Amino acid sequence: MNFTKLLASAALVAGLATSAVAEKTKVGFVYVGPVGDGGWTYEHDQGRKAVVDAFGDDVETVYVENVPEGPDAERVMTQMALEGADLIFTTSFGYMDQTINVAKKFPNVKFEHATGYKTADNVSVYSARFYEGRAVQGHIAGKMTETNTIGYIASFPIPEVIRGINSAYLHAKKVNPDVDFKIIWVYTWFDPAKEADAANALIEQGADVILQHTDSTAPQAAAQAAGNVISFGQASDMAEYGPFPRVSSIIDNWAPYYIDRTKAVMDGTWTTTNTWDGIGPGMVGIGEISDHVPADVKAEALEMVEKLGSGEYHAFTGPINKQDGSVWLAEGETADDGTLAGMNFYIEGLEGDVPN
Amino acid sequence: MIRLEKRAEPSQLWSLLTPVVAVITTMIAGGLLFAALGKNPFVAIRTIFYDPLFGEFAFYYRPQLLVKGGPLILIAIGLSLGFRAGIWNIGAEGQYIIGALCGAGAGLALYPMESVLIFPLMILCGLLGGMLWAMIPAILKLKFGTNEILVSLMLVYVAEQLLASMSLGLLKNPEGFGFPGSRNLQDYPSAHNAELIAGTGMHWGVLTAFIAVIFAYVLLKKHMLGFNIRLTGEAPRAARFGGVNPNRLILFCMGASGALAGLAGLFEVAGPAGQVSIDFNVGYGFTAIIVAFLGRLHPVGILLAGLLMALTYIGGDIAQSSLSLPSAAIQVFQGMLLFFLLAFDVLTNFRIRLAVKGAA
Amino acid sequence: MDLSAINPVLLVASLMVAATPLLLAAIGELVVEKAGVLNLGVEGMMIIGAICGFAIAVETTSPALGILAAMLGGAVLSLLFAFLTQVALANQVASGLALTLFGLGLSALLGQSYVGIKPPAMAKLNIPVLSDLPIVGPILFSHDPVLYIGLAIIAATWAVLKFTRAGLILRAVGENHEAAHALGYNVVRVRILAILFGGACAGLGGAYISLIRVPQWTEGMTAGVGWIALALVVFASWKPWRVLLGAYLFGGLTVLQLNLQAAGIPIPVEYLAMSPYLITILVLVIMSADKSGAPASLGRIFHASQ
Repeated sequence: MNFTKLLASAALVAGLATSAVAEKTKVGFVYVGPVGDGGWTYEHDQGRKAVVDAFGDDVETVYVENVPEGPDAERVMTQMALEGADLIFTTSFGYMDQTINVAKKFPNVKFEHATGYKTADNVSVYSARFYEGRAVQGHIAGKMTETNTIGYIASFPIPEVIRGINSAYLHAKKVNPDVDFKIIWVYTWFDPAKEADAANALIEQGADVILQHTDSTAPQAAAQAAGNVISFGQASDMAEYGPFPRVSSIIDNWAPYYIDRTKAVMDGTWTTTNTWDGIGPGMVGIGEISDHVPADVKAEALEMVEKLGSGEYHAFTGPINKQDGSVWLAEGETADDGTLAGMNFYIEGLEGDVPN
Repeated sequence: MIRLEKRAEPSQLWSLLTPVVAVITTMIAGGLLFAALGKNPFVAIRTIFYDPLFGEFAFYYRPQLLVKGGPLILIAIGLSLGFRAGIWNIGAEGQYIIGALCGAGAGLALYPMESVLIFPLMILCGLLGGMLWAMIPAILKLKFGTNEILVSLMLVYVAEQLLASMSLGLLKNPEGFGFPGSRNLQDYPSAHNAELIAGTGMHWGVLTAFIAVIFAYVLLKKHMLGFNIRLTGEAPRAARFGGVNPNRLILFCMGASGALAGLAGLFEVAGPAGQVSIDFNVGYGFTAIIVAFLGRLHPVGILLAGLLMALTYIGGDIAQSSLSLPSAAIQVFQGMLLFFLLAFDVLTNFRIRLAVKGAA
Repeated sequence: MDLSAINPVLLVASLMVAATPLLLAAIGELVVEKAGVLNLGVEGMMIIGAICGFAIAVETTSPALGILAAMLGGAVLSLLFAFLTQVALANQVASGLALTLFGLGLSALLGQSYVGIKPPAMAKLNIPVLSDLPIVGPILFSHDPVLYIGLAIIAATWAVLKFTRAGLILRAVGENHEAAHALGYNVVRVRILAILFGGACAGLGGAYISLIRVPQWTEGMTAGVGWIALALVVFASWKPWRVLLGAYLFGGLTVLQLNLQAAGIPIPVEYLAMSPYLITILVLVIMSADKSGAPASLGRIFHASQ
């Protein structure tokens, strides 16, 4: 008997065994960090808890945290599938090839891979249009900065982060032509001490708004210590630093999607999808805009949230030139998802180069 | 008053018994920990130690033990040679990374050419990469008398930065939409370190680890070089009088350990891991040091210790999903296992005497 | 590109803060290594200090008590290492690595309910007139108390090692433990005390990150500082004042790197990040001519019956 068949039949037996006991749908989550990271993995785990709340006894969730990207991830996914998981969320870009590998062996188990681009009959991908949230941040930042200097703590030079920088800059520039972005690449998603240093460096060089694409609250604390700097929560709300310095936030809200997909598996309506949701479906949450923001700015920001959510406004609407001055989007043209997905260039006005 | 008295000869009995005692003590202490976390300790211990080996899905986990244990064993065998001679290479993590970078780099440079020669070339590059990286502390030690513990450790950080630079730059997959990480070697048949027999977990790296175990055993038991290694470690002065050339020994031990670590990295990147990425190294090089000591620097001991370590990783992940134990609890559990193994080891070389106060 | 955006005074002030955890952990490890013991568990002791300090500061709302708890936590964990290596005579390299693994796991367990909480803030020094002086004010007179404690520990360590009998014994134990034993010194006791000191300093360094520099608690938040501290001790060739210099250099490199980026100057981040380690190796090579370098008994097991 060949091995793949053995695996598949074992899964089938396991599946039958569990379904004989109860009609529970089993959902697995593979996490790259600890659930206590307060950021990326924490929010995915909030999504898992929302699934439990939504379906109660009809669902059983399991998770494994701190799973390195590589053979360990493949083993953990296989383990979940063997133990009868019906649906498995793999929540890091680096799990992409492993997810595809394991999915091949378990055609009856559905897989959902976050932030990747490879799909299969039983593999969907999902990601969030965080750049929509960045547009709102850019607007508030551009309006509120007095030094016209906005500091940006960037993690890795990948399309996701570059999109965020472009979107924030575009909307800050729109309301404040004198605005200048200072960008620091810290080459980490999570290193509180380094993030604190980066925030301080930006503040010392005159930034009075800090935007961060890293997950710790260290930049918030740095902004608070400085006393005259505003900041935005990232990944989670970071409400403990509100109403000032934290004036708003981008929240990774996976709950609606996770509930939706679990429901689809329960109903037998699950199909392969390529989801890229933004503010509209609620995958990107905008944390409460605090009263530290002037009322008119707040109203404009909320209007933008509304328009982004309804699809009336696209965050990348022309005219937009690339950094070298060449035309990227003509008047009224909106960016296509393909270009956005692979975005590796700055737009006009940003200084410096994207590191490579 | 309790006193330790050195045994003339290490106790054969205790050297076999202490690992068992340590594992049992860990199970008790770990059981208490799990109970404190509100889990059934018996179920938890069974999940970690028994289920992967004999549980329902053991057919899958047993091969995984080889996948996880293979690199640990391969690296630890190399390290143990030096450790026996008192040569402390603790930078295997760096040699592992450089081996992977050189090997994968050679393969990726030739992409998409297909040839049976590519994989052997990668093996050679991985081996040489690891070996040369280990030669840096070795040569500095010979030339300047620098401490190899410290130099080899420093070179781990250098290697990590090189890895980050390579996965964001030179080796980045040109079709990867700008994400860091190289092409997946699993999709490149000539470069893929595939399972030799599907479903067994046996890939070239595991096979090499087994060969290394046998080779090290023979070397230490039968070969003059092995005798010199042991002699240098146990009685350095006698070794020098006996005509052992310490410089050649340093070069050999560092080179061999580096080469094996480099091989482990290459086999991992070309096989189970598939690609060079920023977080490609998951600490095998450091864990292997622990494995080498758990195995008492003996080839067969290392084989068993490597598999035991792999078991706690695999069983730990199962316990996380089936019992919702936090991964931190598993880490603490592994830490305890190491503590007990290290602590009980004293019984092998020493006798515990209860000395009457005043009489001593 | 705008170099003038970098304010050298603020740069120095913030690199002092960035260097402090490193400095604290390294000076502790220096004393441990001077006694002839290599403890690779610095990272584990730091993170235990980080969570102990954080938890106690939050529970008692007193940062000072938190700082004390951090030192205690680090010392208690190091006691485990002391028992293994000094009593059970286990290998120091393996014991240290096990200590780091254990510390990282235990801190995560202890810290589960402290994620997303803001700790009480530690007041900064604010001396009228002095703190407001240009240049020297921000650099010398407006930091948190722990930063000054760190400097004091450096000075005290230097003085004790150089001028006191205790320092002489410590060095003797580290240089040649058989001789020290023959002279009637209790090698094991001296080493255990040194290890405890190292643990307390590492714990303090960890708490500096979780209570002052960041401040927050998250798993794994020390992010490798303990390992850099090990490099720093070597870089400093086991001399206290050079630890200070090295910490400012290592810390300064990071801060400078971030500042250069913010000023729009493109720099190869990875190559800059590896430079401290390459420099450390270079220092080792240069130092090899100087025989006063590494303690001769470093990492060797001592048993009185030998």
